Amino acid sequence: MAIELRNVSFRVGAETHIYETSLSLEPGQFNILLGTTLSGKTSLMRLMAGLEKPSSGTLWANGEEVTGVAVQKRSVAMVYQAFINYPSFSVYDNIASPLKVAGLPKNEVDARVREFADLLQLTPMLGRLPNELSGGQQQRTALARALVKGAELVLLDEPLANLDYKLREELRDELPKMFADTGATVVYATSEPLEALMLGGYTATLNEGRVIQFGKTSSIYRHPENLESARVFSDPPVNIAAIEKRGDTAYLNNSVSWNVPPELATMPDGHYKIGLRPHHLSPDGAGVEVEGEVQIAEISGSESIVRVIVEGNNWVSEAHGIHSYEFGQSVSFFFDSSRCMYFDANEMLIDTQR
Amino acid sequence: MSRIEFKDVRHAYPPAAGQAPVYALKEVSQVWEDGGAYALLGPSGCGKTTLLNIISGLLTPSEGSILFDDREVTQLPTTERHIAQVFQFPVVYDTMTVFDNLAFPLRNRGMPEPRVRERVAEIAAMLDLSDRLQQRAAGLTADGKQKISLGRGLVREDVNAILFDEPLTVIDPHLKWQLRSKLKELHQQIGVTMIYVTHDQVEALTFADQVVVMHDGAVVQVGSPIDLFNKPKHTFVGYFIGSPGMNVLPCKLEQGQPVFANNLLSSGYPVDTDLSGKLEIGIRPEFVSFCDDGIPVQIEKVEDLGRYQVVTVKHEAEQIKMLVGEDQAIPSISPQIEFDPGNLRIYCDDWAVEPQNA
Amino acid sequence: MRKSTNQKAWWLVAPVLLLVAFNAFIPLMTVVNYSLQETFGDNVFFWEGVGWFEKVLRSERFHDSMLRQLLFTGMIIAIEVPLGIAVALSMPRKGPWVSVCLVLMALPLLIPWNVVGAMWNIFALPDIGLLGYSLNSMGFDYDFTQQPVSAWMTTVVMDVWHWTSLIVLLCYAGLCSIPDAYYQAARIDGASGWAVFRYIQLPKMKRVLTIAILLRFMDSFMIYTEPFVLTGGGPGNTTTFLSIDLVKIALGQFDLGPAAAMSLIYFLVVLLICWVFYTVMMRNEEQ
Repeated sequence: MAIELRNVSFRVGAETHIYETSLSLEPGQFNILLGTTLSGKTSLMRLMAGLEKPSSGTLWANGEEVTGVAVQKRSVAMVYQAFINYPSFSVYDNIASPLKVAGLPKNEVDARVREFADLLQLTPMLGRLPNELSGGQQQRTALARALVKGAELVLLDEPLANLDYKLREELRDELPKMFADTGATVVYATSEPLEALMLGGYTATLNEGRVIQFGKTSSIYRHPENLESARVFSDPPVNIAAIEKRGDTAYLNNSVSWNVPPELATMPDGHYKIGLRPHHLSPDGAGVEVEGEVQIAEISGSESIVRVIVEGNNWVSEAHGIHSYEFGQSVSFFFDSSRCMYFDANEMLIDTQR
Repeated sequence: MSRIEFKDVRHAYPPAAGQAPVYALKEVSQVWEDGGAYALLGPSGCGKTTLLNIISGLLTPSEGSILFDDREVTQLPTTERHIAQVFQFPVVYDTMTVFDNLAFPLRNRGMPEPRVRERVAEIAAMLDLSDRLQQRAAGLTADGKQKISLGRGLVREDVNAILFDEPLTVIDPHLKWQLRSKLKELHQQIGVTMIYVTHDQVEALTFADQVVVMHDGAVVQVGSPIDLFNKPKHTFVGYFIGSPGMNVLPCKLEQGQPVFANNLLSSGYPVDTDLSGKLEIGIRPEFVSFCDDGIPVQIEKVEDLGRYQVVTVKHEAEQIKMLVGEDQAIPSISPQIEFDPGNLRIYCDDWAVEPQNA
Repeated sequence: MRKSTNQKAWWLVAPVLLLVAFNAFIPLMTVVNYSLQETFGDNVFFWEGVGWFEKVLRSERFHDSMLRQLLFTGMIIAIEVPLGIAVALSMPRKGPWVSVCLVLMALPLLIPWNVVGAMWNIFALPDIGLLGYSLNSMGFDYDFTQQPVSAWMTTVVMDVWHWTSLIVLLCYAGLCSIPDAYYQAARIDGASGWAVFRYIQLPKMKRVLTIAILLRFMDSFMIYTEPFVLTGGGPGNTTTFLSIDLVKIALGQFDLGPAAAMSLIYFLVVLLICWVFYTVMMRNEEQ
C-alpha cells in the first residue's frame, strides 16, 4: 500500500500531538519511526491506521483518499508493545480470528494459520492459551495474527520493548525477513537508534510531534539534516559543542583548534556548532586533544563508555578497551576533526564532503 | 554487612497433584563476599528472581541452607535478616511524604526521632532528593519513586545486603544510565553488598565486579565482566554476553587442533584428542576478519551500525557474524575469512575445554 | 483516546429512554403535580402551591421519622463498614478456600428482601423463634413485638446480616488489586500489621470504600421491605422509618398532597447527600 500523509496535523484539546507533516511511504517498504517516548510516534501510527482522525490534512492510500474511512474498512494490522492477545482463545484461535471475521472458508483458515504458525515457530503451541506462554511466544502470536491478515499496512508500536535483550536481538533479525515476502508496507516505531540501524530500510526521525527528517536509514544517520535529527538518531547522545570559526580554523577554546573543511572555510566567521559521535571520541589515538573531567566510566563487553565534561558540555566517549577512571579525574581525549559534523546558527547541517 | 553463602540450595515450586516437582533452582552453591557488587544475569525464567527471594527470605528454599557469616538463617524471617530489596515496580507509600517514606523503616525499629532526621537527610543528599523531602511521594516520577525505594533500603544502618530485582524496568530509557551510575557511585561510597538481577547484559557488566550467569535454574559461570567476555566457559555465556553473541560452529578434532570447514585452525593451545561428544568452536564476531587466504564464504547481509558494520556471511550451511570497522571495505570478489587463534575456544557438549597443560 | 461519536447509538437507546420515561419520569412528574395541589377525590384539584411542603417540613411526625431514619442509617454504617473491612481482610486471597468464602459471602445478598424480613421475624419471635427463645431462656427479657429497644436491635442486626457482605465483597476486590511487591516491601521495612493496614491496604481501598458507603447510605435511607415485614413499623411507630411513614400517609390515609411533598423532600435529601459524596470522591480522584 502506498501511504501518503498530506499536511496532516493532530490536536487533542489545546495540545498539538502532531504538527503539520507530509510523508510518503512506498509499498513494500520497511519504515521506521524513531524518537523518544513522547515524540508522537504512536499518534502518527494511529493516524495512519485510521484509529484517529487528523485535525487537518488528508490521508491517501494507493492514490485514493481515505481520511474519513473507518479502520475496519482499511487493510491494516497493528502490533503493540504490550502483548495483546485474546486471553480466552487458544493460540490457534487467536491467529485465526481475523480470518474468521473476514468470513473465509474453514480449510483455508486452517491452511493459513498453520503457515504463519510455522513461520513464527509457534506450531507446538497452537493449543495453548496466551497466559501459558512466555513473553516472546505471546508477542509472536500477536505478530502471527497481524501477518495472517495479509494486510497491506502493518504497524508495529515498539513491539520488542518488553522482551528480554537477547530475544529482542533474535526477533529483530527475523522481522524484516518475515515482512519482505508479503509485500506489505511496514511502519515500525522505536526509541532506540541502534534498533533503527539494525533494521535498515527507511527512517523518519521524530521529536516533540514533528517529523524532522525522512529517508534511507544509513543516510539519515550519516547526514542528519540538522542538529535535532542528529540528536534523535544517537545513543549515547551525540557530543555537541559551540565553536568559533575564524578564517579556516575552528576554535573550541583558546588552546584547542583545528582546520575546517573548505565548505565551512568559505562561510562567514562566527559561531557554529559541532556534533561528534561518541565512538569518534577516544582516550587513545591521535587528533585534536581535549580535556575531559570524568563523571562515570561504564564497561560493556570489551568497550568502555566514559561520560565526561568538556568545555562545560556533557560528552560521551565510546571506545574499545577497558578503561576505568575515578570520578573527577581529568583525562585527555582525542578525535579526528574530519569526523565532525558542522551546524550553522540555525542548526542546519553544513554539507562537508566526507 | 556480611558474607552470604548458599549451600546446595535447590528450590521447586509446589507441583500440581500427581506431577513431579519442577525445579526453578537446581543446585546452587555460591558465596557472596561482603561488600561485593554482584549481578545475576540470565534470560526470563532462569531462576534469578527465585534466587533473590531466597536471599531476602521472601521464599524458603525446598532444599539446602543459607548462611550469613556462617550463621544459619534459612528459617529466619525476612525482618530479621536485615536485607533491603528494590523491586521492579517502585513501591512507595502514597499517603506519606518523601521524608516519611524514608523514615518509615527507621521509625518501625524504634529509632529516636532526631537520629531519624539526621539519617534521612544524609541519604536524601546521596540520592539528590533533598529538595523534595516535603513533597507527597505519589507525585514523583518513576525514577524518583525508585530512588525512594532505594533510599528506604539505604537508610537502615544494619543492612547486610541490598538486592535489586530489575530495578530499571520502568525508568525512561535516557534516564537509565543516570540511575545506573548512581548505584555504582553508592556502592563505592557505602561498600555494602549489592546483588543486582537483570536480563540486560549492559546493566550487569556495567554495575558488577562479579557476574553470575544463570541458565535454566543453574549457575553457568561466575566471573568478572572481562573474563566472561573473553573466556566464556559455556556456549550459553558466549551467546548471551556480547552483542551480537559468540559464533558457535561445529568442528572436528585432528591431532589436538580444531578443524572447521576442512581448514585446520590453530586454537592456541593443544587439547585432548580423545574427546567425544558434541564438538564446537566458539569465536566472537570481533575476532573474525577478512583475509586473502582463508575460509571461503558468501556475504549474506551487511548492517551499518555506525561505529562498526555487522557482516553476516555463510559457509555452506553455517552462518557466521563478523564485526568490521566503520570505514573498512568489504571484499566483493570471493571473500575469505579467518579466525583469531588467540580468541578461539573449543567446546565439548557446550562446556569449554581447558588447555591440557594449564 | 478520543472516541468518535456514533449517532446510530441513539436509536438503540431510544426504547430504554421510552421505558424509563414511562416508568419513572412521568410518575415522578405526577408526584410533583400532586405535591403542589389539594384534592378531595373525584379528580378535582385545587392549587396549593408550596403549602404542603411547608406543612410537611413543620410536622412533628415528619421530624420524628426523619430522625429515626438518620439514626438507623448512622448505626448500620457505623457497624457494617468496620465489620465489612475486618471480614474482607481476613478472607484468603489465594488457594482453594477463596471460592468457598466468596459464595458464603454472596448468599445473604441473594435472598429476596421480604423473605429476609420474614425469616428474621420468625427467627426472633420470643416464644417459638430460635433466637427469641434462646435470648429469653438466657435471662434477657426480649420481645421485639413489644419493646422498642429490642425491635431496633433486631432490625439493625438483620440489616447487618443482610448487607455487610456487599461491603466485604467490594473491599475484597480492592484488596486483591494490591500487588504482592507492596507486602514484600513492607515486610522488609519491618512494618507492623497495623502499619500495613494503615499505609498500604486502607489507601488502596479508599475508592471502593467510598462507593460502598454511598450505596449503603442510599439503600438504608430508602429501606422499606425488611423492617416492614419484620416489625410493621412497630411497636407503635418506633421503627417507622421514612419510607414506611410515607406509604402509610400516601396509601393508608390517601393524603396525596402531603405524601407527594414528603417524598419529594426525601428525594432531594438523598440527592444532596449523593452529590456531596460524589464531589468528595471526584476531588480525591484528582489528587
